[in-house]
Amino acid sequence: MQSKQVNKKVYNDKTENNAERAPRPEKQTSIFVKRKRSFTLVFLGIIALFAVSALITEYNVITGFESIPKAVVWMAKQFIPDAKAWSRLSSILKKLAETALVSVAVTVCAAICAFFLSLFGTKTTKAHPLVARIVRIIAAFFRNVPDVVWAMLLLFSFGQNILTGFFALFFATFGMLTRAFIETIDEVSASCVEALYATGATSLQTVFNGVIPSSMPEIVSWVLYMIETNIRSSTLIGMLTATGIGYLFDLYYKRMDYGSASLVVIAIVILVIAIEIISNRIRKVIM
Amino acid sequence: MPILEFKNVSKVYNNTTKALTDVSFSVDEGEFVSIIGPSGSGKSTILRCINRLVDVTQGSIFFDGHDISQADKKEIREIRKKAGMIFQHYNLVNRLSVIENVLHGRLGYKSSIVGAVGHYTEEEKERAFHILAMLGLTEQAYKRCDELSGGQKQRVGIARSLMQEPRVLLCDEPIASLDPSSAKVIMDYLEYINETMKITCIANLHQVDVAMAYAKRIIGITGGQILYDGPPEKLTKAQIYEIYQSDEGELITDAK
Repeated sequence: MQSKQVNKKVYNDKTENNAERAPRPEKQTSIFVKRKRSFTLVFLGIIALFAVSALITEYNVITGFESIPKAVVWMAKQFIPDAKAWSRLSSILKKLAETALVSVAVTVCAAICAFFLSLFGTKTTKAHPLVARIVRIIAAFFRNVPDVVWAMLLLFSFGQNILTGFFALFFATFGMLTRAFIETIDEVSASCVEALYATGATSLQTVFNGVIPSSMPEIVSWVLYMIETNIRSSTLIGMLTATGIGYLFDLYYKRMDYGSASLVVIAIVILVIAIEIISNRIRKVIM
Repeated sequence: MPILEFKNVSKVYNNTTKALTDVSFSVDEGEFVSIIGPSGSGKSTILRCINRLVDVTQGSIFFDGHDISQADKKEIREIRKKAGMIFQHYNLVNRLSVIENVLHGRLGYKSSIVGAVGHYTEEEKERAFHILAMLGLTEQAYKRCDELSGGQKQRVGIARSLMQEPRVLLCDEPIASLDPSSAKVIMDYLEYINETMKITCIANLHQVDVAMAYAKRIIGITGGQILYDGPPEKLTKAQIYEIYQSDEGELITDAK
């Protein structure tokens, strides 16, 4: 009895009317009030944060927004592919194809290595806990170094070369996929793996008869996703390593040949969308 | 001679959680034993100690005359071949066909490579179809397992374990996820297998009435210790309440 009364006092100021009309359990109502209050506090906090940072950086909201139309007009004038740009279409497409193929090759190579390694990192295949820990650390290391950083590091050893881009993408993809595969395998095949071990199957048999069939669709799906991502990142890496479509974009951009540069961007966007559509189709078929 | 004997078996998980404490019992060849007890009482651990999916902390287990509590990798494989296991969630490879799942029961008899590439002899395939026919699954043989109903999936699970030519069937909550009519079909098949093929059955069950109806012997455990071991007729209501650590009127079997 006492505790109820105490409770009521806490939220008395706001919800008294409500509480009387609809006799809800008191605890529930106070939870809603608390949630609303914390939501309001967070909202006010964000506004305060914005105000303070705008003051420090001398950012004027109004001029900021005012400059948007001007920027759009400038972009519209400069970034429309002109006749000169269209004449370069064939060389753009050639570089684009090269970039796309390298991305696919990188992803497939990384996926094969990652799948092999991930088998030693999963709980389901019962690898030694120490081995599993090491695998996870390796994966985390490769994943957490961004591909651009890999490219810059590898520039020292390989120079401005297509191999630099290849390995930069390879390392990042490898780390990412190893982690993804470990989780996929643990999630998808844990139950059938237990059953296969119970029949007396060896680890190799279990991987081929249980792990691969049950996790393959997810794995293919991850590979497709990484191909999409890698085409996007290879553009950026190409700028650093002076290869592929990224180099072409960099070249046109620095020459202030904005028309050609924008044609490059448009080509990349179309390619990425096309790859996305294709991989969605493939996903639907295999799932 | 008993096919299975637990001698003072204890199991502690992660040095902290006691799952089994000083469990001793023996099972004769051809018996149908049901283990009952509340969730977390150690039922699954008992079954998993037999085929060594779980390591024993203390004590010894004799299976077919051999002490298996300290078995090495090779011996464990021999044990698992002789012990078929059936799971609550069927644990099939859902994306493969029924017949492929049934043939998985032969993996224990093959070298790593032959089993990995999935090569099975003609006799094995014939045997698989024969078992499927016995369980009424002939029409489903080429279907993918995720197209089957729960009862059919469990029958595939039984077929897979029968392919092993097991001496004992370990059934871990075989009907816990099934509707009453599929559950009866499964229990009837288990009874049939036990009686005609003389395969020893050890089944963990949640439903006391099912255990009483099918098993020739009941082992009641709670908190990792055996409270009752004997025929179902002698299991009194008071003992059931003790096994489930509850008072009269608190069990679903008391509901009206």
